[in-house]
Order: sequence, then C-alpha cells, then structure tokens
Amino acid sequence: MLELIDVSFEVEDISGTKEIIKHINLKIDDKKFVAITGPNGGGKSTLAKLIVGIEKPTSGKILFNGEDITDMSITQRAKMGISYAFQQPVRFKGIKVKDLVKLASGENISVSSACDFLSEVGLCARDYINRDVDSSLSGGELKRIEIATIIARNTELSVFDEPEAGIDLWSFKNLIKVFEKMHKENQKSIIIISHQERILNIADEIIVISGGNIETVGKSEEVLPMLLNGVDGASLLRRGTEGCKFHSEEE
Amino acid sequence: MDEIQKTLLEQIAGLHEVPSGAYNIRANGGMAARNTTANIDIVTKEDKSGIDIMIKPGTKHESVHIPVVLSQSGLKEMVYNDFYVGDDCDVVIVAGCGIHNGGDEASKHDGIHRFFVGKNSKVKYVEKHYGSGDGKGERMMNPTTEIELGENSYMELETVQIRGIDSTDRMTKGKLMKGAKLVINEKLMTHGNQYAKTAFEIDLDGEGSSTNVVSRSVAKDNSKQIFLAKINGNNKCAGHSECDAIIMDNAKISAIREINANCVDAELIHEAAIGKIAGEQIIKLMTLGLTEEEAEAQIVNGFLR
Repeated sequence: MLELIDVSFEVEDISGTKEIIKHINLKIDDKKFVAITGPNGGGKSTLAKLIVGIEKPTSGKILFNGEDITDMSITQRAKMGISYAFQQPVRFKGIKVKDLVKLASGENISVSSACDFLSEVGLCARDYINRDVDSSLSGGELKRIEIATIIARNTELSVFDEPEAGIDLWSFKNLIKVFEKMHKENQKSIIIISHQERILNIADEIIVISGGNIETVGKSEEVLPMLLNGVDGASLLRRGTEGCKFHSEEE
Repeated sequence: MDEIQKTLLEQIAGLHEVPSGAYNIRANGGMAARNTTANIDIVTKEDKSGIDIMIKPGTKHESVHIPVVLSQSGLKEMVYNDFYVGDDCDVVIVAGCGIHNGGDEASKHDGIHRFFVGKNSKVKYVEKHYGSGDGKGERMMNPTTEIELGENSYMELETVQIRGIDSTDRMTKGKLMKGAKLVINEKLMTHGNQYAKTAFEIDLDGEGSSTNVVSRSVAKDNSKQIFLAKINGNNKCAGHSECDAIIMDNAKISAIREINANCVDAELIHEAAIGKIAGEQIIKLMTLGLTEEEAEAQIVNGFLR
C-alpha cells in the first residue's frame, strides 16, 4: 500500500515560492488501478515524481507498505518495487533496446524473453531488439519500449505518466490490454496519469488533481460520468489549457 | 612470452593463442613470433626498426595481426611499419599495443604505420591501446598513421584506447584518390591525470572521394583531451567529421575542427558536442534499480561500445 500523508512540494522561482503540491493526503491500496487526471500544470506529474523519488517533498511523509520512504533514493524505491514510466522517455547513445529491457528485468534474461516483453507492446521484437535507444526511434516507438521496460520489471507498483501520449490508435488498444493484464492477471497496483476516457474507464478509482489539490476522489463509475457530462469535475478540467481537453473514445 | 605479455595480447588483439593467418608479434623491442602466408609477406626492415607487410593483389578474406607488447619498465622504442596492399584485396589488419609498467621509469612506444592501398581494395584496420601495471612509470604511446587510398578503395579504421595509457599523441593522415572512401571510428577514454591528443588530417584529392571521421570519448577525473580534425576538400567530394564527448569530474576537453573547401563541389560538414551525462539518463536507470554509479558506468560503457 502507498500512502501520502500531508505531502507538500514547493519550488523557488523569480516570483518567490510556488506551491506545486498542497498538503495532499492519499491512500492507494494493494492491487488497485488508480487513474489520476486533471488540467495541465495541476501537479499530476510532480505527484508521480514524488512517489518514485525524483523529487523530494518539502513537507509530509510517503509510506510504502508501511515503511517511510520519504528520504529514500530513487534506486532504493525501485528496489522496493516501484516502477516509473516517463512521460517523455529518455534516449541513450549506445544502449540497445535489449540492454534496457535486461536492466529492467534485473536479471540476465535471454533474448527471447526480452523479445516477449516487446511483443506485448506491439513491437516486432526482431526489428527492435538490437537497435539503439536513441534518436533513430520515433516518439511512439520509444514510448512503447518504455512501457515494455515496466512490464519487464513486474513490480508491485507501477506509475505511468501519460502513457497514451504519442501512441497511435492501434497501439492504444493494445496498451489498454497491457494495463488490464498487469492489474487483473498479475495482481499489481497501477497509477496512471491520463486524459483518456478508455484508461479512466478501466481504472478502479479516479483522482482529479487541480492546482496542487485533490479535487475529487472516487470510484471510476462515479467520477467518470461527472467528468464526461461536465458536472463538477469537468469544470476543473476546463480551467486548464487546450491540451488538457478530455478525449472521448470517438476522438 | 610470459603471462603479463599474454594478458596484454588478449586485451589489444583478443588473442588467446597464436592467430591464424599472417602475424608478427613484437615483445619488449624484439620479434617474438612471425608467420607469413602465400599472399602476405612480412619482412624486417634493414635500415630501421620495423617491418614491411606486403599483401599481394587479389588477396581476399585474409588477416594480418601485428600486436606489440611491452612489459619491461623503462623501455622506449620507435617502430616503422609499412603496409603495401595490392589492388582488389579484401583484408583485415589488427594492430595494437599493450604496455605493462610495474616500475618507476617511463615506458614508451611510438609507432608510424603507413598504408599504401591499391585500387578497388577493402581494408579494415583495428588498433587497440591498453596499459596496465601499478608502477609510477608513465605508459606513453604516440602512434602516427598515414594512409594513401587508391582509386575506389575503401578503408575502415577502428581505434580504441580505453584504459591505462598516461599520455598519447595520435596523428592520423589520409590522402584519398578518385572514388576512395575512408571511415574512421575512434573510441577514447581517459582517467586520472591522463592526457590524450588526437589529430586527423584528411585530403580528399580525388573526384568522388569521401570520408567520415567519428570520435566518441569520455574524459574522467583530471584528464585532458584535445581533438583536432582537419578535412581538405580538393575536388568534388564529401567529408564529415563528428566529435561527441562526455565530460566528467574535473576533466577538460577541447575539440578543434577545421574544414577547407578548395573546390566548389566539395561538401564538408563538421559536428562537435561536449557535455556531461544527461541527468535524466541517470534517473531513468535509477528507476530500474541501478545506483547512480552503476547508471553512470552503463551509460559510459554504452557510449564507448
């Protein structure tokens, strides 16, 4: 179980102190699939970075399985069973897809096992396994490889930051299957930051974050209609910019 | 050869035993072993230290190994090796030098390799440099490579210096005839207080000649690296040079590039980038469970692969 207790995060800029996350309290139970949504700039990605340890809270505590991980490094949290899929995956010169998947799995897996992970995200493994994770890959390819590394890690908790961004529709349908499998078959906890209706639809819970606060928390079947019908939560979404528009499946 | 020399040989030439094909192994300033074949002859120079390697026209799929190992502290040598590659050949040449210095005196190997490649030939030349030993004596290597490529010939040069050489001053010169192509891939890593200077000067003299010079390097600790690449486009030709470097700790790197177009149809490009390891690369690998140090090592190893 992941628990955030009164977590705040501030940054200093030229105009003074800015509060990005404001005293958030949150519990995510084991084997839960939670979607986080809300307008751009509302603090969603920052919250994900606080959970995986890329940022440290200004105040408050983060507990994972009852253990205080607030001061733990990214590495320690990763070893405890937290995975993180970047919104914009990182490129490397000289590191191959095969290497990255092997590092993710944490053991010296065979090429054929590495290929299995790539196949799950709809990549023809033979074409990709020996390619460098560099600028020769498109944004969509890179994104799918990123998700394959999370599948390879197979940890208790996986945090995805906008996994749908840059992925084409065909792949998107497969992506949904990937999340469902992680959740239902493998019984793992998932946190997904997303604006996509289909992702919100398969989540157990939806959390709406806006202006650094949790505006709404509830079961998917309760929160989603409010978002789609423009009641309550949807008004929050509209406060953002064009980019945070809610995408229905037809779009 | 003793165990130290055998280890050096494995590091620089990947040799566990006597190679197949032609070879000349030089150890502590003298010839340790030699083999010639019907197509490849190796002759000791009479006027100075070194060998002539003669490859007959039409020789295909053969290799020559000419590694040099030094394990005697304080030994300083200057070697001249000339390669004469006939027309229509397809050969692999593996050179390289390993120095083990367990003493306090400087050990030094300076080598001048000259290549005279005929028409329509293909040559792959691999050169690795490696140093070991915990003596205070410096391990120094100053290789000069001069290449003349005949019409429509292709040569690929792969040079690697990853560990243990305290001081190096490398010069590579190329002169290309019509339709010839020279590809150079250099990998370099310096650490401690090491110093490495590497210079390239390529003359694209023939019509349709081309070159691609790619250097990747990592400078750690207090080491210092200087790159100089000069491409002269003297005809309708294409030249590209690229220096990509990772800087760490208190290291210093300079990249000095020069391209000279002496013909309106010369197309020359140079690129140079120096920077530290991107923080997000380290973070990504840490999210996979690697420590910061392990992440750095992975990134550096991949970069120099």
